[in-house]
Amino acid sequence: MAAAHELTFHEFEEASDLLVETPDAATLSRSDQLTPQGHVTVAVGSGGSYGAEEVVEEESDKAALLQEKQKQQPGFWTFGYYQSFFDVDTSQVLDRIKGTLLPRPGHNFVWHHLRNQPDLYGPFWICATLAFVLAITSNLTLALAQRRDPSIHYSPQFHKVTVAGITIYCYAWLVPLALWGFLRWRKGIQEHMGTYTFLETVCVYGYSLFVFIPMVMLWLIPVPWLQWLFGGLALALSATWLVFTLWPIVREDTRLVAAALLSAVVLLHALLALGCKLYFFQSLPPEYLVPPSQVPSLPPNVPLPPTLPRSMATS
Amino acid sequence: MAEAAESPGNAGTASPRPLFAGLSDISISQDIPVEGEITIPVRSQIREFDSSTLNESVQNTIMRDLKAVGKKFMHVLYPRKSNTLLRDWDLWGPLILCVTLALMLQRGSADSEKDGGPQFAEVFVIVWFGAVTITLNSKLLGGNISFFQSLCVLGYCILPLTVAMLICRLVLLAEPGPVNFMVRLFVVIVMFAWSIVASTAFLADSQPPNRKALAVYPVFLFYFVISWMILTFTPQ
Repeated sequence: MAAAHELTFHEFEEASDLLVETPDAATLSRSDQLTPQGHVTVAVGSGGSYGAEEVVEEESDKAALLQEKQKQQPGFWTFGYYQSFFDVDTSQVLDRIKGTLLPRPGHNFVWHHLRNQPDLYGPFWICATLAFVLAITSNLTLALAQRRDPSIHYSPQFHKVTVAGITIYCYAWLVPLALWGFLRWRKGIQEHMGTYTFLETVCVYGYSLFVFIPMVMLWLIPVPWLQWLFGGLALALSATWLVFTLWPIVREDTRLVAAALLSAVVLLHALLALGCKLYFFQSLPPEYLVPPSQVPSLPPNVPLPPTLPRSMATS
Repeated sequence: MAEAAESPGNAGTASPRPLFAGLSDISISQDIPVEGEITIPVRSQIREFDSSTLNESVQNTIMRDLKAVGKKFMHVLYPRKSNTLLRDWDLWGPLILCVTLALMLQRGSADSEKDGGPQFAEVFVIVWFGAVTITLNSKLLGGNISFFQSLCVLGYCILPLTVAMLICRLVLLAEPGPVNFMVRLFVVIVMFAWSIVASTAFLADSQPPNRKALAVYPVFLFYFVISWMILTFTPQ
């Protein structure tokens, strides 16, 4: 049993180093690597009375059984297929989230944290949380602004939930699709390039949006330079992490294409953050801060965005 | 039987006797009743039950369903570890609660068509699609609860928030001000906590232990969004 234990532990350590050196290995499924050692441990551990020929027979039998099992992978339309994407524990999800908060150049997220087990739980619920947090904090900002300046018309603004949801989910699914397609195309041209699977790309983008959740919550503080500072910090962290994650794949390509791809990724991320800031947390233009005599001239259903320090400076 | 037990011991010395040869000497006392029916008696009872629900009056049917819904409301209001919500699930309660909540949350006047609170359909969609998403999530994570049981539990646990909505509407009839808001905030927070406790009391056991937090977090988000809709409701 000690030998079996050494085998499994050794494989665990070497796999990540192997994956770092040979990115192509990342596309193999984990069960392929495990099956030769998996049933060897069973054969050795199950009894010392087996002769050499019987061990070989056992191995071939078990290999045949395991291959059959692999061929019976659940089909696209079965529930079991999707269940394989939610095969994560709480500690794994928390570990992946922590991995996004600390970008380290040599520590690739996909190889060290995902380890060929991309999940859909993280991306889906992080996007849902971000969409609702955006809508709720934007509403809360309006409420707090109305508390300071009673001339602002407060309304629940429920349509922002719909807008936020559609924006976030489109970003988190369409951009990884485009990136994956582009990487596949480049792999067709440069054969030695590695690539991520579609689910790994979705995972990368989904987890990268996690930093925006505390950023949006900190945008409640109505000081504009602080808001821009937090936005810049979070965007820098998230974009750096994205670049570090994509770099091992992209560095195999020509410098021009690599630079163009990475700058496109960073630009799209920045556009998302900027769009959220401007749409959900608008700064009030000065013509709305008129004396009350002119207020009735405004149409009643114009949305009055929340005030920012211009009103605080005048009050 | 003692003869049969001793016979293997004597097998070497005496001629082998057939097994169970001694049984023919045992006589059955006339006092022990051996006869009975082979058919399962429950079956006939079920048949009687079925035909009786077809012939009963409409009032009986409605009252029976209302009593079942009311009993489940009591289980939600005083959450204990019981299986009633899971065993006899029904979706009448969630439907009644969702319709009540959506009607109360609907913005009244037509002037703020873009900026107002949620429409009836939006609340309905959020409640039902939210519950379906959470159920799918918990099933995908490996929980052993059925689809409709989970929908039933999530729907019934909206009851405290519906009560909060009623209270908020009553409080809003008074004059607006910070005290008004504080009272509403307090009520909504208490009812939100009650909903979470009630639903986790029923749902938490169905998940594998290392994924409980993963399954409970979407429930938290769901009730948080509903509480937010209730708190920000302003009558026009």
